[in-house]
Amino acid sequence: MSGSIQDTFFEECEDLLEAMDEGLTAIEGGEHDQEVVNAIFRAVHSIKGGAGAFGLDELVGFAHKFETVFDELRSGKLEFDTALIQLLLRSSDHLADLVANARDGGTTDQAHHDVLIEALAKYIPEEEEDLTFEPMGLSGAFAPEPIMDDSEKTFEIRFHPLKEMYGTGNEPFFLFQALSELGELSVRLDDSELPGFDTIDAEESYLAWNLTLITKDSQDSIEAVFEFVEGLCELTISSDADPAEEADALAALNAAFGTDAEPTADAGQPDPFEQPAPAKEAEVSAPVEEKASLPKTETAKTEQRGPKPTLRVDLERVDRLINAVGELIINHSMLAQQIANLDAGDVRDVETELEGFKNLARDIQEGVMSIRAQPVKPLFQRMARIVREASSATGKTAKLVTEGEATEVDKTVIERLSDPLTHILRNAVDHGIEKPEGREEAGKDKAGEIRLSASHRSGSVCIEIRDDGAGVNRPRVKQIAIDKGLIPENAELTDSEIDNLLFLPGFSTAKEVSNLSGRGVGMDVVKNAVTGLGGRINISSTPGKGSTFTIILPLTLAVMDGMVVSVADQTMVVPITSIVETMRGSDEMINNLGADGTLLSIRGNFVPICDVAGALGLRQCHDQPPGVYLLVETETGQRSALAVDDIFDQRQVVIKSLDGVCGNIPGVAAATILGDGKIAMILDPESIIAASPSAAAFDTERRISNAIAS
Amino acid sequence: MKTKVLAIDDSRTIRNLLAAALEEAGFEYHSAVDGRDGVDKYADVAPDVVITDINMPILDGFGVIEELRGTQINSKVPILVLTTESAPELKSRARAAGATGWITKPFDDQSLIFALKRVTGAAA
Repeated sequence: MSGSIQDTFFEECEDLLEAMDEGLTAIEGGEHDQEVVNAIFRAVHSIKGGAGAFGLDELVGFAHKFETVFDELRSGKLEFDTALIQLLLRSSDHLADLVANARDGGTTDQAHHDVLIEALAKYIPEEEEDLTFEPMGLSGAFAPEPIMDDSEKTFEIRFHPLKEMYGTGNEPFFLFQALSELGELSVRLDDSELPGFDTIDAEESYLAWNLTLITKDSQDSIEAVFEFVEGLCELTISSDADPAEEADALAALNAAFGTDAEPTADAGQPDPFEQPAPAKEAEVSAPVEEKASLPKTETAKTEQRGPKPTLRVDLERVDRLINAVGELIINHSMLAQQIANLDAGDVRDVETELEGFKNLARDIQEGVMSIRAQPVKPLFQRMARIVREASSATGKTAKLVTEGEATEVDKTVIERLSDPLTHILRNAVDHGIEKPEGREEAGKDKAGEIRLSASHRSGSVCIEIRDDGAGVNRPRVKQIAIDKGLIPENAELTDSEIDNLLFLPGFSTAKEVSNLSGRGVGMDVVKNAVTGLGGRINISSTPGKGSTFTIILPLTLAVMDGMVVSVADQTMVVPITSIVETMRGSDEMINNLGADGTLLSIRGNFVPICDVAGALGLRQCHDQPPGVYLLVETETGQRSALAVDDIFDQRQVVIKSLDGVCGNIPGVAAATILGDGKIAMILDPESIIAASPSAAAFDTERRISNAIAS
Repeated sequence: MKTKVLAIDDSRTIRNLLAAALEEAGFEYHSAVDGRDGVDKYADVAPDVVITDINMPILDGFGVIEELRGTQINSKVPILVLTTESAPELKSRARAAGATGWITKPFDDQSLIFALKRVTGAAA
């Protein structure tokens, strides 16, 4: 139970951190609105409140400091200035870290934590700082006593409510009832102050009570009962038993009441309200009746009517639904095939209905997909933080400008995009943006700008990271690639090819491993992450003007448009997104280049040919010329021609992951079920080409020059 | 008849914690997501006791108490304030508005139930 509540807490924290970031960004942009400050205060406050419930002390402590500064700000005792805003931004980042650590069990950077605490404390006036946060409810008054005092004591309590008490909803009766739970209570009403009937003031409080409580609990527990009416009543509590006399007093009491010395809490405890004095009867039972007669309309409304109704659903349920929709689409194509195979006369009506079925299935699919779709805004907001961190770590000034934050992308894509984006942005700050002096010399604004944008582009999502830095240092990149043996020394590469060298495994331009983009992780990891999502990444760069990374991702990971082809009597699917062009092959288009392989000549350009059947080991010798070439473009911008036997169809296929079914097969991305119920492999052109000996990516130009030379 | 509680808090976590604690203790639990929502729901739910947070959007806890105790609604039911700080001026301000008592966040179930018993006499 508490586990799931804690999950909700962390989910809520995400929302709150987001709200906080949004507010801080507004403040950073000069919007010092009272409501913005309030919203941030509430967000931090809620995080603190929830964290306290789960005993996350570190988080509570930090949130408290952070919140107190905001309290100062909203009460106008403190003004925003640049240094403070910077501190608040860093603190919000740290708060997010603390939440993440609390959730995932990481360790806090203690030094950083202390520095921030100290910095925040400077903005908090002394007396407020002293107001320490109490981690336990009710000042611990009702917490289990560490040492149980087994002996009973008798307390005499005089309770005289002031008239103010009656406006606060406190009822003497309930207080007495609570007292009676502590032990044996007797109540005597003191109505001696009641004036004559004609002089009575309805507003005044004339009644008082004298109570005797025999209890094992301490005086603190009794005071706790009266906690809410403190200051609203005259209250005296006296104990006739000071510790030394306690035993005697107890014995005397026992003798007086003729009870056993063994105290039992609930053994025939007389209800103090059973034989009340007549006057008290009226006084005490009144609220009970009032309560009973309260209108209690049975409204079974337990659902929340918030300002923006949302429903939180277990992701698993949505995924089950997506799976079912996938089956529905498969089912449709099977049905269509069956009907086509039928030896029936006129099936036009059936086909019309089937078309309707297909459209409905598509509608349902889109609907279900949209449940999983989320705006990229939270992701982008986190990225603002990455840029801030990277800037301060490198001593550069860079700001992140985001566009298209409302663009919706599949949840999994958003989750798995976080790391690659982080890496690209860090790189952009670390390698792209110049130092402030350098920028001034180049006639640019001192502060670098990184533009992060998202947009929908014909069935896919395009994410672009554009910096206005120095651009790729091509001579150096090329030299490094040569030094590392990634390319031959005499390689002739186009600018775009040089830029894309950055994505090669084992490539890193950083002279020394900086704590930012270092750690042995290169852009190849970024590329793998993007490819893993069925996407592509590209870089383009203009020296002195900056670089642009473009990530193209499929809208959904469950369904895609594919071209159904045949390869060595097998049916396979090639993702449409990677196909640039298709063409029927003819002999004059093929140029044999010795043992090196074959090139396809397309309108004067040469493209290496990759025989899919050969690459997958389905056919050893290339005896018959393939029927169709699929011109594909790889992530590095390289073009290759995939040779297949024939094209059957272009259709939407449901992606069935092969994870856990069989290992990683080079060239195969996933599988799908076709209309005839057969399973078809979905090919991954990129890895087929990489695996194909005849079409090694960077050899093209060299081979052309070789061919011309020979 | 179960004792009906209307809990007003903008934090989902706190609402969940309250729901868990109160339902287990045998209370009937209703919730509202901010002060305005709470005041709006008051008539429908007709609670025996109200628990309200102070820092909330749209209408804060003080506003909730003032409106519930105001002549329009003229509520007589106990109102407990759920607060993080136990600053005396906060308590007196809440009390001046007509609050019955307060529960300090983070609360433990035991003290929450104890506080509710003290103001409602609930047998739960």
